[in-house]
Amino acid sequence: MRPGGQDAGSNSQHLSVWRITEHPILGRLATGHRGVCFQFDGKAIHALEGEPIAAALAAAGIRVHRYSPSRLEPRGVFCGIGQCTDCAMIVNGVPNVRTCVTQVEEGMEVETQGVRDLGGTNAAV
Amino acid sequence: MLKKKLWVHQRSGAEGMDNGLEAAAEIGKPSSLFVARETQRPLAVIECWEEIPCNPCEVSCPQNAIHIGKDITAAPSLDVGKCVGCGLCIARCPGLAIFVVDFGYSDDNAAMSFPYEYLPVPRIDESVVAVDADGREVCEAKVLRVSNSGANDRTPVVTIAVAKQSAMAVRSFARRGGSDER
Amino acid sequence: MLRSDLAVIGGGPAGLAAAIEAAKRGCRATVVEMNHRAGGQLVKQIHKFFGSRERGAGKRGFALAEELAEEARRVGVEFLLDWEVFNIDGEQLRIDASHSQLKAPPEHSLGGIPQLSLTGSCHCREIAAKSIILATGAEENAIPFEGWTLPGVMGAGAAQTMANVWRVRPGHRVLMVGAGNVGLIVTYQLLQAGVDVAAIVEAAPGIGGYSVHAAKVRRAGVPVLLRHTVVSASGEDRVDEAIICRLDEEGREVEGSRKPLGVDTICIATGMRPNIRAAALAGCRLTYSKVLGGWLPSHNKWLETSCRGIYVAGDAAGIGEASTAIEEGKLAGICAAEALGHGSLKESSERSEITTQLRLLRGGIAEKVRHAKEEVMGTSEIRGGGHG
Repeated sequence: MRPGGQDAGSNSQHLSVWRITEHPILGRLATGHRGVCFQFDGKAIHALEGEPIAAALAAAGIRVHRYSPSRLEPRGVFCGIGQCTDCAMIVNGVPNVRTCVTQVEEGMEVETQGVRDLGGTNAAV
Repeated sequence: MLKKKLWVHQRSGAEGMDNGLEAAAEIGKPSSLFVARETQRPLAVIECWEEIPCNPCEVSCPQNAIHIGKDITAAPSLDVGKCVGCGLCIARCPGLAIFVVDFGYSDDNAAMSFPYEYLPVPRIDESVVAVDADGREVCEAKVLRVSNSGANDRTPVVTIAVAKQSAMAVRSFARRGGSDER
Repeated sequence: MLRSDLAVIGGGPAGLAAAIEAAKRGCRATVVEMNHRAGGQLVKQIHKFFGSRERGAGKRGFALAEELAEEARRVGVEFLLDWEVFNIDGEQLRIDASHSQLKAPPEHSLGGIPQLSLTGSCHCREIAAKSIILATGAEENAIPFEGWTLPGVMGAGAAQTMANVWRVRPGHRVLMVGAGNVGLIVTYQLLQAGVDVAAIVEAAPGIGGYSVHAAKVRRAGVPVLLRHTVVSASGEDRVDEAIICRLDEEGREVEGSRKPLGVDTICIATGMRPNIRAAALAGCRLTYSKVLGGWLPSHNKWLETSCRGIYVAGDAAGIGEASTAIEEGKLAGICAAEALGHGSLKESSERSEITTQLRLLRGGIAEKVRHAKEEVMGTSEIRGGGHG
């Protein structure tokens, strides 16, 4: 896998190349976990029950969570523990949700927050 | 002591500096690696010389060969007369700073036992690449033994056969299982 | 409104240890923790801990976390998990907390707390305590550089959380910035997770962490480049390259020394600072200590802050280790309980044993921390509540 770039399409299963299925200290990732399915920008993403939204997205190769308000720059996980808010996304219509500390739920609707810079063709934000 | 600590700090972390033997000598506890080579007896080599409060090695030794004392910030010292090279301390050291070397293993090879906390854990008779303190290849080595019981608490100890003329420089074997191997 | 004897904000090692001691002395102790499980940063520590064997050294961090959480439950500590404190009245000792998750909180938590009352739509609750312990831990520092806002640039702690808690690789190939213990340990843990680390860059002329930690990553082939730093990160929607450079003796970039590294992740491990948000909200007086990580609540030797009845313990009281966090937590729990009339004010032997242990843990390589703590406590001008 080449570093860089989103990968939402090809890795919709929760056991992607990003998942650490075997670990020398933590052992095998329990396969008994109930799978959970949620929507990210309209695409189905499979997750492990109880994990943070950001974890499921990262496992699916998704690292851009939002675009910054004034410069429309991509942002993603930075602190990972709910302190910096860089991972914020729109969840079930609610904006600014810290996805690194919010657990996935069946049927959740997660959307990229903000708009992307398309080379000056964007409407004002 | 401050000057010595600074020296150890400066050099021990830097690329290209083999600090183990020099640092040990610098703090007045010459490495048991030399004794092991001379006597051809299996001995532990404890490469830990900073004043960190830590004593699981001392507690783990059934021969009482490791001394730290009441002030647990003291760097450990090994009594080479008492040490029998059993290797129990290898998995007990939280810093993975201990290995065992046996120059008496065979005419050509020393047996060296290292902690190894990566996957895949090598298997007996497999060939691995023995490396120095900077991870640079030293020589090929065959796996003699793998110990990974509950008492290791997930720190397997792997024993490899290393050509004697290379053994002084070897500090582990190459990690496998990086991203290019997936 | 929930009424408790002791509200402990933060369910990491310091908070758990404090709650345990208070509960053992007959206090009603309530731990308010924003995550859905207790254990703090210990839950993602997969390496074996240093310290004295007699006090749990050699155990892996997550095992220590489980033990502490289990003992807390056993002695009757109440847990408010998924609750985040957003306000404290430092005089009235009232706490406001909101539920961390996007759903209605459960009716019962682990501690058997009776039915919650919800305010409006934001799932808030109020807690009235007779005493508070701030065990809010630490925050990671960061250094800014061109491109640092790109996805793929993260705190070293975040990479650790991803690998060890989420079981997801933060990337395939990492540049680690900083060779303190966090940088060294997280590098090792990334290797264990099957992630490659291209290099560790450290601006100082020497490594800041323990040389045994450095030795592990060096023999795994990770170069530790002293007097080096990161210049920039670039990439489209995430990092795909970093530029590093060498520094001269004044810390300035050496011309012509820039080198590109093909990495998709940059971890910043440039130190920690105490998390003082709760302390500041409560109105605690703050003091600055470079060695201890920056601003922290001023406190006396019994860990009481300038707000009567509010104590501080663990990294929030100065950056340290899990072992010192646990000892401080115990001390704060004992002092808080005694001040509430549980246990004798003259029970000095336990307190002095903990103080001795703390002095030991802060000896040797950590001597500077000991001096810094002594200075904070010595200059706090906070009178003890009769602890003697």
